[in-house]
Amino acid sequence: MLPRTIDMYRVLPELLWCGFGALVMLLQPFVRNRHFFTFLALIGTLTGTLASVISAANAGPGFNGLVESDSFSFFFRLLVGTVAFLVVLAAGPYLDRERLPVPEFYALLLFATAGMGVLASAQELLTAFIGLEMSSISSYILAGYRRDSLKSSESAMKYFLLGSFATAFFLYGIALVYGATGTTMLDKMAHTDETSTLLKLGLSMILIGLGFKVAAAPFQVWTPDVYEGAPTPVTALFSAGPKAAAFALLLRIFATVPAATHFWFWAFWVLAVLTMFAGNLGALVQTNIKRLLAYSSIAHAGYILVAFAAVTTMAQAGSAEAGPAYAAVLFYLLTYALVKLGAFTIVSQLGGVGEKNLSLDDYAGLSQRQPVVAAILSIYMLSLLGLPVTAGFFGKFYIFKAAVNSNLIWLAVIMGINSVIGSYYYLRVIVVMYMRESSAEAAAATPVGFPLSVSVVLAVTAIGTILFGVLPNSVINFLLRPNLFGFGH
Amino acid sequence: MVPTNYYVILSAVLFGLGVFGFVFKRNIITIFMSIELMLNAVNLAFVAFSQALGKLDGQVFVLFVIVVAAAEAAVGLGIIILIARNRQSLNVERVDLLKL
Repeated sequence: MLPRTIDMYRVLPELLWCGFGALVMLLQPFVRNRHFFTFLALIGTLTGTLASVISAANAGPGFNGLVESDSFSFFFRLLVGTVAFLVVLAAGPYLDRERLPVPEFYALLLFATAGMGVLASAQELLTAFIGLEMSSISSYILAGYRRDSLKSSESAMKYFLLGSFATAFFLYGIALVYGATGTTMLDKMAHTDETSTLLKLGLSMILIGLGFKVAAAPFQVWTPDVYEGAPTPVTALFSAGPKAAAFALLLRIFATVPAATHFWFWAFWVLAVLTMFAGNLGALVQTNIKRLLAYSSIAHAGYILVAFAAVTTMAQAGSAEAGPAYAAVLFYLLTYALVKLGAFTIVSQLGGVGEKNLSLDDYAGLSQRQPVVAAILSIYMLSLLGLPVTAGFFGKFYIFKAAVNSNLIWLAVIMGINSVIGSYYYLRVIVVMYMRESSAEAAAATPVGFPLSVSVVLAVTAIGTILFGVLPNSVINFLLRPNLFGFGH
Repeated sequence: MVPTNYYVILSAVLFGLGVFGFVFKRNIITIFMSIELMLNAVNLAFVAFSQALGKLDGQVFVLFVIVVAAAEAAVGLGIIILIARNRQSLNVERVDLLKL
């Protein structure tokens, strides 16, 4: 059957992202102007993101049910599109400073974004696999984008080897699920009451594969190394985009396949506890700001997994209460993406040529040298910590509420303990910035400039963090729609 | 005819060998080949299940997997060449700048 026009509308954001990525590659030999490509990439990410509105207006299954355009995919397309747009803004000055080639960077970024969009809207496992690989393969190259840097190439190698290892697990899981149910369509799986060992084995392997991608312990070992070695704008992308997309696929599998829901509860319980402790305890001893933020992003994956455990309990009881838990995950991913993006942008800008100033000591006395930057970084840290008036507070609050509502008291207690551990290293960053004196050479150096595009990123993320911390209802009400997932209708 | 079970067991053994090679080998090229072995185990499983279920879609999936594996191999070999040029070594234990 030939694809219809409406199918095209339903994948319009991905088409645009891919199209602009290809356009950047085509124009690369002919245009010498670096700013031209930044401009083109900005237009590309923006039109793709806006096109998700058209997709949402033409909601429904596309390409015979391979993809689904619903509120859920609308949310994630907006999220990854905005992340990509802000990363382009932040990356422009970085690429100039490090004297790196421009067009390839944006082409890869656009392809990765398209992959994440496919991942978030896939309704069939092999389509999800293609989306996963589109985003992963581009990410491997982006991680090693500073070719001459030993650290960057090492980061690319580790990401590539562990990433494709995880992909193989994911794929073997798909094969086993296909063998057990005879289909890879999620909505068809929703109606099977198959509970064979083969299906359970397949679902476990899918979980392992995606566990690698979202950096859940014990599959998190690659995260700090890759985050530290990759160029910082790329790290910002990694911590916000692919992670959200992988969580999106996990949620969709969950919401659709009852076998997964019943089987995965304890798996999520254990993963959540391990991940929270691995992230928070690892972060305590870090002196490199990128590594510190990497461990913190592991810890945050752990908090999100708490909400997943809550989703399973509720769905198991057959209650309609699972809605708030889904909303909690989505809201958390949004707040977390904003904060991580902003924090890594500051780190990228303060790093200086060759990313030399990445130690926590380089942040000593920042409040005197660059008061505005120090204040904004403090907002991000307080949001990661989960203090009221920041978006992080409501993110944690909704997850906590979901856990308590589904009687996961122990999990909620462990999450509380972890938030306390986490407060140590987030506050340490603030203490270093405000209470310690700058080193003599840092004080003598001219303050790092923040170009307009980088300032826009910081403004958007900081205002968003405060806004969602004061008025979370607008987003939550959207996420609490009964038809979040399209297959309900 | 050989029963489907045999193929599935063979694919599980191949996948296990791949995991074993990934975990215990030290040369990047060998590790990379282990991953390829795992992907081909997946292909065998798809074809076997496709035959058992009497459906063709499993065989189509194999084509997708082969194409993606080729794309991954291109990027992976590029990264391996980069490592070899930067460090004059393909032993993963020597690639250890980034650690705690």
